Amino acid sequence: MEMLQASQPLSLENVFTEVAQLMDRFRKGDAPITMDTDIAQDLNMDSLAVMDLMMELEDKFDVSIPLNMVPEIVSVGQLAQTILDSKKGA
Amino acid sequence: MGLFDRFKSVRDAHGALKACGGDPFGVQMERVLSTTEAMIEGRRTILCGTNNYLGLTFDPDSVAAAQQAIADFGTGTTGSRIANGSYSGHQALEQDLADFYGKKHCMVFTTGYQANLGAISTLAGPNDFLIIDADSHASIYDACRLGSATVIRFKHNDPADLDRRLARIANEPGNKIIVVEGIYSMLGDHAPLKEFVEVKKKHGAYLLVDEAHSMGVMGATGRGLLEAEGVDDDVDFITGTFSKSMGAIGGFLISDHPEFDILRVACRPYMFTASLPPSIIASVRQSLAVLRAKPELMRKLWQNVDTLYNGLRAAGFKLGAQKGPVVAVHLTDPVLAGVAWNALLKRGVYVNLALPPATPSGTALLRCSVCAAHSTEQLERVVEVLIEVGEELGLLPQPALRIAAAE
Repeated sequence: MEMLQASQPLSLENVFTEVAQLMDRFRKGDAPITMDTDIAQDLNMDSLAVMDLMMELEDKFDVSIPLNMVPEIVSVGQLAQTILDSKKGA
Repeated sequence: MGLFDRFKSVRDAHGALKACGGDPFGVQMERVLSTTEAMIEGRRTILCGTNNYLGLTFDPDSVAAAQQAIADFGTGTTGSRIANGSYSGHQALEQDLADFYGKKHCMVFTTGYQANLGAISTLAGPNDFLIIDADSHASIYDACRLGSATVIRFKHNDPADLDRRLARIANEPGNKIIVVEGIYSMLGDHAPLKEFVEVKKKHGAYLLVDEAHSMGVMGATGRGLLEAEGVDDDVDFITGTFSKSMGAIGGFLISDHPEFDILRVACRPYMFTASLPPSIIASVRQSLAVLRAKPELMRKLWQNVDTLYNGLRAAGFKLGAQKGPVVAVHLTDPVLAGVAWNALLKRGVYVNLALPPATPSGTALLRCSVCAAHSTEQLERVVEVLIEVGEELGLLPQPALRIAAAE
């Protein structure tokens, strides 16, 4: 998997774009993905699929997204924000 | 929203499965005829999904030991070790197990689930990290939720991935505890322990191995994968169960750590539940003695594994890559797996049906487990019935392709 370049400036929008792109492989529905999309409900992803998605995102952005945080991440926007915060904190 | 409304998707999935014939999650054994046979729906059925790897549930000496213990100590302890006291058998079993593993300390728990729950949730504190294999058993996931540590998940059986994830938290001050299993209960594959030990050493982490399905199964004397891989001294904590090869129920945690005993007054799943009853303690002590005295049982188990695994593989079934007493037939469609499972039961063969998300990567499994007490004829019959059902349901490749698949 291609890792993002460290020099690339990250904004919520481009993190969201990357996340939405990756999600396409894990989702079951075909509703458009927006910042407000509910990951479990709208995309019909079970707990295992959500954990597998998080794992791929960890590698994509080279961050840790601990399992403890997963229950708090409801929307795609929150997920993108979590990744952005981890990236800034790193 | 009603109290049970959120189970709608579970109810729908279970309903679809029950519509295939019977309820795979509600099987009743009306009578248990022997270690390998029971009456189910009025039929004599070969049991090929029990985890009873050494076939010790009816071992005459273990049964006699349990009966004697009931006569001497009663049917139950009616309380926890810390509040209501230990019986001599609890300590004796802990000593037996510590001796078996060549380690200093052992605690026994009331179930294997609680052993993982207690060990993992207590060893890792709020500033520590648990780094767990993605395909971990539910007891490991639940332990992570009970505890307060930060939990990171790494790709199944992938030491390079573990290394990468540990590197990301290298500058964090907390302790790091890696959690893996010996044999994985669903696919039957086992952890690359030597490689995990290298990663553990590189990062100064601790390693906990759950040997639930590998104790009494792997290693020259049955200590499990750590013995088979020669890494006894590099594993910091071992958990396991008495409900598989030991033929009873209960769990344990083993370690050489000098401060181990503090866990007895800190580990909630140990402290706040009733302790194992005298009969179980006695039968497990005897079963452990049988394992130590009769290595031929493990040899018989592996001969039986050959019969089942090779038979199914030659027929063209897709099995796990690593041969062992968990033989999982891989199917892709959960409903078809349910139909196949029912057809097997109607023909007198009981296996386990395992479905996502309890299984990895969306696979549906007809999970067989082999017992040392199976006769070759029984296992050949299981293969025969699986082939019949497989052919009827189109689960098998065309005959011409079978030889290629078996190679």
